[in-house]
Amino acid sequence: MIKRRHVEEAFFKCLMILSVVLVVGSLGFILLTVIIKGLPALNLAMVTQSPKGGYYLGKEGGILNAILGSLYLAMGGTFLALIFSLPLALYLQAYSRRAGWADIVRLSLDVLWGIPSIVYGAFGFTLMLALGLRASLLGGIITLGFLELPIMTRAMDEVIRMMPHEMEQAAFAVGATRLETALRVVTRQMLPGLLTAVLLAFGRGIGDAASVLFTAGYTDRIPTSLFRPVASLPLAVFFQLGTPFPEVQKRAYASALILTVIVLVISLGSRWVASRLSRYTIR
Amino acid sequence: MLRITESEAMAEKLTAKLTGVRQPRWKLFGRRASDQLASRLLLFLSTLPLILIVVILAALIVRSWPIIEIKPLWDLLTGQVWKPGQGSFGFYPFIIGTVWVTVVAMVLAVPPCLLVAIYLVEYTHTTLKTIMKPLLDILAAIPSVVYGVWGLVAIVPWVHSSLSPFLSHWLGFIPLFHSNNPTGYSIISGSLVLAVMVAPFIIAVTYEVMHTVPDGLRHASLAMGATRWQTVRYAVLPQTVPGIVAGIVLGASRALGETMAVLMVVGNVAKVPTSIFDPAYPLPALIANNYGEMLSIPLYDAALMSAALVLLLMVLVFNIASTLMLRRILRRSA
Repeated sequence: MIKRRHVEEAFFKCLMILSVVLVVGSLGFILLTVIIKGLPALNLAMVTQSPKGGYYLGKEGGILNAILGSLYLAMGGTFLALIFSLPLALYLQAYSRRAGWADIVRLSLDVLWGIPSIVYGAFGFTLMLALGLRASLLGGIITLGFLELPIMTRAMDEVIRMMPHEMEQAAFAVGATRLETALRVVTRQMLPGLLTAVLLAFGRGIGDAASVLFTAGYTDRIPTSLFRPVASLPLAVFFQLGTPFPEVQKRAYASALILTVIVLVISLGSRWVASRLSRYTIR
Repeated sequence: MLRITESEAMAEKLTAKLTGVRQPRWKLFGRRASDQLASRLLLFLSTLPLILIVVILAALIVRSWPIIEIKPLWDLLTGQVWKPGQGSFGFYPFIIGTVWVTVVAMVLAVPPCLLVAIYLVEYTHTTLKTIMKPLLDILAAIPSVVYGVWGLVAIVPWVHSSLSPFLSHWLGFIPLFHSNNPTGYSIISGSLVLAVMVAPFIIAVTYEVMHTVPDGLRHASLAMGATRWQTVRYAVLPQTVPGIVAGIVLGASRALGETMAVLMVVGNVAKVPTSIFDPAYPLPALIANNYGEMLSIPLYDAALMSAALVLLLMVLVFNIASTLMLRRILRRSA
């Protein structure tokens, strides 16, 4: 005898499986769209040349300027964020005895994480006006640093929370101070996770367009100076799509493919590196 | 026989490690003193996030002050007309546009996301979980511009050629579904893209919240002869409603500020929309589209900065409320 509740069970189970398929399918759909649209327009010149004259009308050139610019921006921003993130995360887990204060710091980091990148862009722009800077690599790096700081810190915080307590206590037991424990035991033991956190922030930084729109500007030149404007991949995609020429729009798809590949390599690579490095931790 | 406890074994390994390593370079002070110094410095450093929030708020307020000074804030928020050249700055269409896109996106995203989270927590064992986690991570890692490209080449044409004519034909008598937009650049396109973007986030939060429900509750329900779905429906979900709501609000606060992907597909027409097929012009798109000319027209930059301020305040309210709530729920289980 089939009861109503069993029908209900089967019905909702079907819905759930459908939802899983829907979510996974959307991911497949997005990747497939970018690959199908981007691959035909992709060629060696795209990644080895910067735009030549008339590039935005469909003539020769590539987007090396944007690829390099994005890498510089994201690397600078990640480095800047790392300087503050690692000590902050170590402080949150190892130092702060007063849990109340640590909670407030975590809450403010979560709030910072939720602030839209366009607001970071507007803030960075304000900051640069105050400092007398124009749109430049430095401006973009500072803004990305702010944007990445909460992401990296919270990710590191979660990683360090997994630190085995016995190990910390063992370090204290042999006479190490909190600082020595943090620097020479915690960071080493948790290195794979910390690296994942850094790469997570790097991935966010390289894909973010709204924050560098105001602060980094755009140029066809390969970046050479901290004080010059710099191109970035997301904006390259955006601007090339905005032109009315199909030739250039195809290149936008190819640029989107390059950006996606970079982000995927970082995302998958960080997993691989973490699992490789975890061999050198004490278990 | 001698039994070594775990921490003793750890201590042995560590002693070997510590003594084998050269002395630290920062031995300017004694060990105790450097520990104290680091403690002070780190306490100082830990005020940075809070200070940053205050500074961002203050900077935006200062920059938008010129316009708030001459026009009452209320007039700005409810003003319908946006003509920077003539000095009229009304945010109302933009605020409403933001709300429309976000709300429709959440309506689209929440049911499937809940079902996926329920399925992952209650139904499957490790295999599917280990596959889904990296997939969701990838979905979350895709840059918003790439989502925008996807929306532009896949969603907008589809809305234009299939969804809009279909729904408008069958459900057009409801104003919500009535379409008189000749293109696919519309709220629904932006919301579809946004829904996929926030999906990994909502799934992750819901998943964590549902994990806080003690297994005893499930076992009791199952032991009474309830089916799995009944267990979810009557034992698990009632416990998690506040957490799920908080997760959804948090997801919405992320969606509110999304710029590039939405900007590329939503049409950017500064009019109050009445149907999901109307174009809209959300606040982030307004800021991103006009930054170039904002220094050339008087008060324009102040107006855009106050748009950023309004957006920030909207996000902060949702964000702080839902984060505080989620905290309490997640801590209760820990």
